[in-house]
Amino acid sequence: MGEAIVITSGKGGVGKTTTTANIGTSLALSGKKVCLVDTDIGLRNLDVVMGLENRIIYDLVDVVEGRCKLKQALIKDKRFECLYLLPAAQTKDKHSVEPEQMKHIVNELKQEYDYVLIDCPAGIEQGFKNAVAGADKAIVVTTPETSAVRDADRIIGLLEQEDVSAPKLVVNRIRGHMMKNGEMLDVDEIASILAIDLIGIVVDDEDVIKYSNKGEPIALHTGSKASIAYRNIARRILGESVPLMSLEEEKGIFAKIKQFFGVR
Amino acid sequence: MTQKKQHVTIKGTKDGLIFLLDDHCSYDSLLEELYDKLSTKHYQGSDEPDVKVNVKVGHRYLTEEQSEEITRIITEGRNLAIEQIHSEVLTKQEAELLRQESQVVTLTRVVRSGQVLKVRGDLLLVGDVNPSGTVMATGNIFVMGALRGVAHAGFEGDTRAVISAALMSPAQLRIAEEIHHFGEDEQEAAMESAHLDDESGAFVLERVQQLIHHRPELQKNDSQIIDG
Repeated sequence: MGEAIVITSGKGGVGKTTTTANIGTSLALSGKKVCLVDTDIGLRNLDVVMGLENRIIYDLVDVVEGRCKLKQALIKDKRFECLYLLPAAQTKDKHSVEPEQMKHIVNELKQEYDYVLIDCPAGIEQGFKNAVAGADKAIVVTTPETSAVRDADRIIGLLEQEDVSAPKLVVNRIRGHMMKNGEMLDVDEIASILAIDLIGIVVDDEDVIKYSNKGEPIALHTGSKASIAYRNIARRILGESVPLMSLEEEKGIFAKIKQFFGVR
Repeated sequence: MTQKKQHVTIKGTKDGLIFLLDDHCSYDSLLEELYDKLSTKHYQGSDEPDVKVNVKVGHRYLTEEQSEEITRIITEGRNLAIEQIHSEVLTKQEAELLRQESQVVTLTRVVRSGQVLKVRGDLLLVGDVNPSGTVMATGNIFVMGALRGVAHAGFEGDTRAVISAALMSPAQLRIAEEIHHFGEDEQEAAMESAHLDDESGAFVLERVQQLIHHRPELQKNDSQIIDG
């Protein structure tokens, strides 16, 4: 029996879908059987980020309305045998699915997969309720902006009322230098306001956008900090204890020598 | 023994009149006698200013309608104004409310954005109030954590209520009807307390240690101190 994790944020555009795609990919890299579920009915994106848009035949609403079996709607990933996607419908809206139906689907997927990652739409209405219905755990994504933190706080409050165990926090799109200068909220400050455990911090990396446009999650490409960050989150989900990444910028050899001699 | 017992006694003091209403007779005979007494010429209306009346009904419970009826009989067409109707008894419901209001509600949680926590009595919150979160109490509010949202103490009108926080950095403080916006220039402070000034009614923010001078009544149950 697997585990269902909902990835949510309240605010839009903080990186829920990217986070879902990359954690899913990282878990698949570790050999786990993973199913990604896009619950953003009407505004689906996860298929695009995963590069699976062209393979969609049936979607979530088709399953709910009985036009196909659950297995028929699942799309196998191009790169991994153990990674699947259940896409959302693009032509319907969030009210075409009820939380009870969602719960049923997620429970069925949990029999088959080690991890079911549910990509939640922005907002706190029906779409959120659907996404949370079947989840055992939750990951809340935020960025170091006051508005995003405020919405994350609201979402955590709502998650506490649901049957979901203590949510974990991902701080996304961190700009090291801005945080250091105090122009951005500090990670510690965010964690202290939200009062939940941090499961990962991800730096703002242009490559994330580049690869996401190509339909390849960045977690596949080693060498970028964001990729390592996502893989670390997956390792923490698997129960390993991995220290948080340092936000210090890599210094060149000259800077190191200068620092050694105390020259600024 | 033929003399009828007086059910209504009227006393004059320098602050006005006191009506002592017997609590053993029936309500109807009380009204009757009250009416008789007041119909003497002495109590008829004139241009004089109103005389204050305090009504003491002893161990009789008056419903709201009965209170209104008595008020009407005493004041209608007369220069009398009711200041207070005082009864020695309470309904169980009123007693329960009073009991709740004297108690401290202790909660350990974080009040998050969009949540409103409202309690009867005093609130002791072991946790934070986050921005856009609200805590309300009919009595005092003590936050053992960061107060970053809105706190409303004495929301049913108690101007003696106070708000204390381990970390005071609120968006807004309210005590009874008074509202205090936290300006940009106001720094967050540790161990601070807010109350309303007794004379001006203005917000005062100061260290919690100062509170004992302004609100000595905050000390409760000190008979339970074993030592010290």
